[in-house]
Amino acid sequence: MSTHDRGSTRENDVLDVAQPAPVPPPRRWVGRRVPVALLIPAALGLAFLVLPMAGLLIRAPWSTLPQRLAAPGVLTALRLSLLTATVATIVCVVLGVPLAWVLARVDFPGRRVVRALVTVPLVLPPVVGGVALLLVFGRRGLVGRWLDETFGITLPFTTTGVVIAEAFVAMPFLVIAVEGALRGADERYEEAAATLGAGRWTTFRRVTLPLVAPGVAAGAVLCWARALGEFGATITFAGNFPGRTQTMPLAVYLALEKDLDSAIVLSLILLAVSVTILASLRDRWINTP
Amino acid sequence: MDQHAVTPVLDARVVVDRGGFRLDVGLRIGAGEVVALLGPNGAGKTTAVRALAGLIALTDGHIAIGGRRFDDPRTVTFVPPDQRPIGVVFQDYFLFPHLTALDNVAFGPRCHGASRPAAHETAARWLARAGMADLARRKPRQLSGGQAQRVALARALAVDPALLLLDEPLAALDARTRLDTRAQLHRHLTDHEGATLIVTHDPLDALVLADRLVIIEDGRVVQEGDAATITARPRTDYVARLVGLNLYRGRGTGHTVTLADGFVITAADTTDGDAFVAFSPAAVALHLDLPSGSPRNTWPATVAGVQRHGDNLRVQLSGPIGAAADITPAAAAQLRLEPGQLVWAAVKATETRAYPA
Repeated sequence: MSTHDRGSTRENDVLDVAQPAPVPPPRRWVGRRVPVALLIPAALGLAFLVLPMAGLLIRAPWSTLPQRLAAPGVLTALRLSLLTATVATIVCVVLGVPLAWVLARVDFPGRRVVRALVTVPLVLPPVVGGVALLLVFGRRGLVGRWLDETFGITLPFTTTGVVIAEAFVAMPFLVIAVEGALRGADERYEEAAATLGAGRWTTFRRVTLPLVAPGVAAGAVLCWARALGEFGATITFAGNFPGRTQTMPLAVYLALEKDLDSAIVLSLILLAVSVTILASLRDRWINTP
Repeated sequence: MDQHAVTPVLDARVVVDRGGFRLDVGLRIGAGEVVALLGPNGAGKTTAVRALAGLIALTDGHIAIGGRRFDDPRTVTFVPPDQRPIGVVFQDYFLFPHLTALDNVAFGPRCHGASRPAAHETAARWLARAGMADLARRKPRQLSGGQAQRVALARALAVDPALLLLDEPLAALDARTRLDTRAQLHRHLTDHEGATLIVTHDPLDALVLADRLVIIEDGRVVQEGDAATITARPRTDYVARLVGLNLYRGRGTGHTVTLADGFVITAADTTDGDAFVAFSPAAVALHLDLPSGSPRNTWPATVAGVQRHGDNLRVQLSGPIGAAADITPAAAAQLRLEPGQLVWAAVKATETRAYPA
């Protein structure tokens, strides 16, 4: 096999093609060696992320788990969490995708400032975000007073309030992901659409959106995950009323005050449900080319 | 035929300023006419296509298609691309990856207001004409380069454009596919009733596909005309290289042309005043000793390089005039050619063409 003696890392591939052996040779590691300088921090990083979850699993009161799962309020809080996070994600997609498009495709003065403003909820402590929401949407707030007097609508301490708090905190994740996808998408597809007679709206709908669909999906998943775990803004703006505004993170917080085991069980449920949903979505959406 | 009676489909003077570079090209293309815009990289060919398509705005000049002004900075007229009667085939095609070949072709008719079934019917017809009926349900990534090119052409033609623009339509193909696709493209362009502008840097594409050539260098038209005129009478070094001729400029007096450095070439044609002289590399004979005999142009030259050129060898000569000479391998062996060697170059007057500059 002198022709293959070049020491290439792809040598195995070449051999596989060259010899049509009925029994394939045992699978060999043909990839290149991973540098230790990358492998060690990668392993440490993974451990850092996984260990706290392992801690929850180890400390979980497995024997009394069935009773605790059936405890009143658990299912209600879970259902409320899933519902509000999903509605918040829909709100974020409906408002955030157009916002990302404007930031990525329209050249206007002050675009950098607007882009910075979009990320404000990321750096703002969620509790402060909740206070800010109260100041605007509270019954005496700038918008809240008008909503109350004109339509008789009150937002704070309602389920809608939970959705607003979650959307406020989670929207930047969607906008940043979608804007990145838009900037990465080749604008010449949009130019091709324009030469075929498509206006900007048609181009957005029929060309741009399908091209960045994986980015929108990834952003929506991030957004949903952030909304599901939201605590600070929710408890400040929407309060902690079981069945109405008490989401799982709030229930966990409340349980922590009385009973650590209950808190662990609630956390595990939230963890299991969200990991299951994220994993299934990931296969369906993120990996599609 | 009275030229003035026929209004060209495209009447444009494309002027675009881009950071120190100025493109200024006049283009008039009649119905059914195919014009090739030929030029080296960076000459401004793609910029011209983008301006005609409305993807960039003119700095000056105008673009009129079918008598209507689509871009005219002086009257602040600018019609965006989606409202121009154009079809564009891009160099890398840019077929929509999420749509089938059929939906790609139907995209244009749909945008022009056709119902979905009507658009699909139009698309199916164009795909069939392109010989792609069997592959209508394929996504672009399942198509070969040549197939993608045909879908891109069908997509551009399906909107029945008054002006069809093709930007290096064959550049992305390998040599073999290129040959077939070029022939097929030729048939489609012959059938197209509107005006066609094809941008290319390949002289063969231009000669095969176009009725008329417009050659630009550094943003300006350096020569335009039909293929026969341009191949016989190149007017710049770039054009001469494209058509494979040695080209010199000087002052003609009768049968002689005197170049700027005093070198005199004897030509068969007579000229008076500024003139070009051109001759083919195959017309240059090389000798080790000063040849004698028939009226020839002879000069001492130095071999600067030798390359394969088809079945022959192309010898680059330096000396009083730079020239390329094509000789057979047998002749090369006899001459024992190597760089730096001194030879005598000879060209018969009857093998040269002289024409006014």
